Amino acid sequence: MSSADTHLDPAVHAHGETQGHGSKRSYLVGFGLSAVLTAIPFWLVMADPLGNAGLTAAAVIVIAVLQILVHTFCFLHLNTQAEGGWTMIAYIFTGVILLLTIGGSLWIMYHLNSNMMPGMMTGQTSYAP
Amino acid sequence: MPESSIFKTIFGRLTWESFPVHEPILLVTFLVVALLGIGIVAAVTKYRLWGWLWREWFTTVDHKKIGIMYIILGIIMLLRGFADALMMRAQQAVAFGASEGYLPPHHFDQVFTAHGTIMIFFVAIPLVSGIINFVMPLQIGARDVAFPFLNSLSLWLTVAGALLVMVSLFVGEFSTAGWLNYVPVANLQNSPGTGPDYYLWALQIAGLGTTLSAINMVTTIIKMRAPGMTMMKMPVFTWTALCSQVLAVAIFPALTGAFALLMLDRYIGTNFFTNDLGGNPMMYWNLVWIWGHPEVYVLVLPVFGIYSEITSTFTGKRLFGYSSMVYATVVITILSYLVWLHHFFTMGSGASVNSFFGIATMVISIPTGAKIFNWLFTMYRGSIRFELPMMWVVAFMLTFVVGGMTGVMLAIPPADFVLHNSLFLVAHFHNVIIGGVVFGLFAGMQYWFPKAFGFRLDDFWGKIAFWGWVIGYWVAWTPIYIVGLMGTTRRVNHFDDPTLQPWFVVAAIGAVIIGIGILGFVMQIAVSIKNRDKLRDVTGDPWDGRTLEWSTSSPPPAYNFAFTPRVHDLDAWYDMKQRGYRRPQGGYRPIHMPRNTGTGVILSGLALVLGFAMVWYIWWLAALAFVALIATAIGHTFNYNRDYFIPAGDVERQEGERDRLLPAEA
Repeated sequence: MSSADTHLDPAVHAHGETQGHGSKRSYLVGFGLSAVLTAIPFWLVMADPLGNAGLTAAAVIVIAVLQILVHTFCFLHLNTQAEGGWTMIAYIFTGVILLLTIGGSLWIMYHLNSNMMPGMMTGQTSYAP
Repeated sequence: MPESSIFKTIFGRLTWESFPVHEPILLVTFLVVALLGIGIVAAVTKYRLWGWLWREWFTTVDHKKIGIMYIILGIIMLLRGFADALMMRAQQAVAFGASEGYLPPHHFDQVFTAHGTIMIFFVAIPLVSGIINFVMPLQIGARDVAFPFLNSLSLWLTVAGALLVMVSLFVGEFSTAGWLNYVPVANLQNSPGTGPDYYLWALQIAGLGTTLSAINMVTTIIKMRAPGMTMMKMPVFTWTALCSQVLAVAIFPALTGAFALLMLDRYIGTNFFTNDLGGNPMMYWNLVWIWGHPEVYVLVLPVFGIYSEITSTFTGKRLFGYSSMVYATVVITILSYLVWLHHFFTMGSGASVNSFFGIATMVISIPTGAKIFNWLFTMYRGSIRFELPMMWVVAFMLTFVVGGMTGVMLAIPPADFVLHNSLFLVAHFHNVIIGGVVFGLFAGMQYWFPKAFGFRLDDFWGKIAFWGWVIGYWVAWTPIYIVGLMGTTRRVNHFDDPTLQPWFVVAAIGAVIIGIGILGFVMQIAVSIKNRDKLRDVTGDPWDGRTLEWSTSSPPPAYNFAFTPRVHDLDAWYDMKQRGYRRPQGGYRPIHMPRNTGTGVILSGLALVLGFAMVWYIWWLAALAFVALIATAIGHTFNYNRDYFIPAGDVERQEGERDRLLPAEA
């Protein structure tokens, strides 16, 4: 409740629009990039140029992350100014949390059986589930 | 048999056998609850209060009333959770050697599961949410939260979840899989009954409420602070509330996701958390603890804020090291994400994983320790007034430090291999939850009660409550630490070794002393209401407070502040008092406020029906409730009559009344 509602302001419902509004150019660039970033993984899977399922999956994940970035910057107009910088802070925070959660879970699950009681696991090797 | 299939279609798996009439304990409980319920309904009807309750409370979007209702929910559920605790303590005190005690294992398992679930999800979370809801908007000089309707919906969703847990007491059974509903016990093949389903639906509904509430609070703090209140001029409680709710927004989806996957396992036969077809129970542990450890900080951070406000007020000093307090809070917020594996060191992960999470856990004790020193230095050479809130703070510092140290012990992986799932661990987390969170919530309730209701709480019964809790805590949990260190495991309803019995008898006595504390608190409220005229506070500032909530009347008017305050200092109200603040005498303007709506209650009621129907496989009712839920939600978006203006005349009248009550200001 800023000073806007201490007096009868007709724009009291506007709630201070401080979001960025994209230009036509940013939408076009975003459209082009996202189309390319969709086509590449499709090609990677269908034509299988890498010849290795694991490598293909990794490449698709990297491209998916790029796709997310394109969407947030070109279509959702994420920048350092929107909402006084809070949008960017929230975005980076979310990224950190996701990284910790996903990375941590993978690391932990990879370690699932590293230390079992003697005799329970013959190989003593860890494997990803 | 066509007849039975019709029954199955109508009632799902609900049959006469679902009602535990053959269990005397449950039957008596049911009778008591039913009589109480009938009594309350009769009283409300007799005094024609239904309309008033619906208009003034159930449909309200006022953050203060919603906060108060959260706290009432928390206190009622505390009584239920504590009844479970007494039952466990009584069982463990007698079940030695030949004596089997009075609780069979299956019932005992339900009791400890319900105790943990209720105490965290329906006592601690509602109490924390309630205090944040009530205090935070007042502290930042706002008139309500950012999304008032969402706030009402969050409250009633939490209530719906609590009701579903209560229903499980009398219809069917509750989960036996521990407070986080652990697989593999909670898998369909091991728990084919309704227990885990009750758990999952209750917590999904309540969890949704908590997530929405957290989003609401974060937005309110970021967007609605009074002019002049920069981030580093925000009261510490608001800071800790912000960090705690940011945490909640980030972690609750992990819990919701884990529960949703377990629901799929139980309802449509997927294998996420089974041992077959690539499923893995440890993934469930991993996901729930990604939620679970930060959740501890969701609860304890705002409580640290409460301690900070009280310490500063009752020593008459500015908080020592405000910025270090803020940075410590932020550091804890981040670090709390990096420790979850310490809940399952014994899973079998290698040295690198265990040592990383062990060290990260120990590191958290550094910012927490910094906070303790900040409070101590605030008290140092202050003129301390040992009123009830301050007594709780001192008891907290003495008790919590022990819990913190045993926590660091448990963070050492080799030590944890010995202590994992022992009663030592149980004593540790009760040490930090009771000594940290519960003491703080009581401190907060004592501190802000005069603000909420306009009269102080009775001192004598408050002291009974205080000493009951503090002495009771130590008597109840010291023996549990000791037997835990000797190797006694948790969740056991019968012991063979008779030499352990004295310890459990002492623990049971401690639980009874805590019971005196709880009764003292209930008496304190009753006696204070009875003597409210004698305990009346008209100044709105009974403790010589320092933050903005004390600048308005007690109880605050619906609009909180006639004029939005301007903030120039961290301790804004103290600063205003120092500069000889005078209440404005005129120039009032109409105030824009949100309008009440019953949609939150209706949506939550439908969610409750949906949950119950899904638990009992009553598919037609579930579908009906789901469709009604969506239709009501969409219908609500067409409600454009959402706000109104309090006319300037009304504001003038209310402010004028307060002026007449106030003692002539010098």
